[in-house]
Amino acid sequence: MCLGVPGKIVERYEKEGLPMGKVDFGGGTLREACLAYVPEAQPGDYTIIHVGFALNILSEEDALETLALLREMDSLGEELAPDEVCN
Amino acid sequence: MKYVTEFRDAELVGGVLEKIRQTVTRPWTMMEICGGQTHSIVRYGIDQLLPPEIELVHGPGCPVCVTPLEQIDRALAIAARPDVIFTSYGDMLRVPGSARDLFSVRASGGEVRVVYSPLDAVKIAQANPDKQVVFFAIGFETTAPANVMAVMQAKNLNLKNFSVLVSHVRVPPAMHAILGSPSNRVQGFLLAGHVNAVMGYHEYPPLLEKYQVPMAITGFEPLDLVQGIYETVRMLEAGRVEIVNAYARAVTFEGNQPAQKMINQVFMECDRAWRGIGVIPASGWCLRPEFDGFNAEKRFDVGDIVTKESPLCIAGQIMQGLKKPHDCSAFGKQCSPETPLGATMVSSEGACAAYYKYGR
Ligand code: SF4
Repeated sequence: MCLGVPGKIVERYEKEGLPMGKVDFGGGTLREACLAYVPEAQPGDYTIIHVGFALNILSEEDALETLALLREMDSLGEELAPDEVCN
Repeated sequence: MKYVTEFRDAELVGGVLEKIRQTVTRPWTMMEICGGQTHSIVRYGIDQLLPPEIELVHGPGCPVCVTPLEQIDRALAIAARPDVIFTSYGDMLRVPGSARDLFSVRASGGEVRVVYSPLDAVKIAQANPDKQVVFFAIGFETTAPANVMAVMQAKNLNLKNFSVLVSHVRVPPAMHAILGSPSNRVQGFLLAGHVNAVMGYHEYPPLLEKYQVPMAITGFEPLDLVQGIYETVRMLEAGRVEIVNAYARAVTFEGNQPAQKMINQVFMECDRAWRGIGVIPASGWCLRPEFDGFNAEKRFDVGDIVTKESPLCIAGQIMQGLKKPHDCSAFGKQCSPETPLGATMVSSEGACAAYYKYGR
């Protein structure tokens, strides 16, 4: 039950006094979620949805940075391997 | 950027695993706090791909597993009342109480409904003014923002027929309990990323200081998990005691401020019993007195509860990293998902369920 799933906010509106939105989880799955805790979220933003609530806005910059770092590490590993053999 | 497929890239995962192999020189035991992470680790076989020096033990971060038996029995008693519609996250239905589970209460005529979000329970209360609607508000910090909002919304809508049965727990006090135990084996932690998405990580430095264990805030995809493990191994090998944010796209130091504010408005700290583990001081959240009107424990008198736990179940020791599911003599024999003796065998975040499902 604790699983949080990333999704893309596609619409923002109000319902019974609560900020709500439609979130696209990919593969044609759209679900309503409460956006009360992400007041600055806009359509197009990605968020982690947990039991019907957006917990944050995902940072694309941080995601790309992490991936770049890991890719770099990966290629470094490959470059290092032959060296080790030579030594 | 879809935030899913990118973090399941097998080649990158392989690269990080290789770095882990190159880095590790001696045995280390680390714990992933969150049961969701346990399931990812076992599902993707990460536990089997790691070098043999690294042992992962599985933490207490499974809200269904740690909800105390007494509270389950109370839920069962409330759910059986003819005036009640009892609502719960689906995971809770098969969790064994002392004598039965919510599923069997439903089979014998109780109205038990599974909801996806606590706001759905509020909607059910609006649609059924002649019934008492009770929501089983269990969970860790991740789930608290949703559960408190349901209470606030019921208050704002002036609902008189909605209440919550609260069994909320928090991660840092549980880590205190694990690390402070003389039999502790945990040398490093993978922190539960979505707990930190809500709470940030300003609560952790005192733990770091007191127990000298490194921690990495870790996400849930395979690449996140191996990255968290790699960061932790690096710190352990170098003798560094730090907290590294290996889930930066989702977690900030401060966490989600509006959510923390709302939690503080509705909940206050309290002692809480953890199933199989016992009472951990200040480890829970309960409703503030001003929300007594929404407190199911106050609304329904169910009399004395006498609990009876299976004598075979060692789930409490598993969740403290002292044992593994295989160490339980009942695993796969008397205890299976069809005939569970403990909650850990039926929860989608339970370690026993993960080992059973993925054939460990
Ligand atoms: S296998 Fe069953 S009885 Fe054994 S610890 Fe797990 S849940 Fe408890």
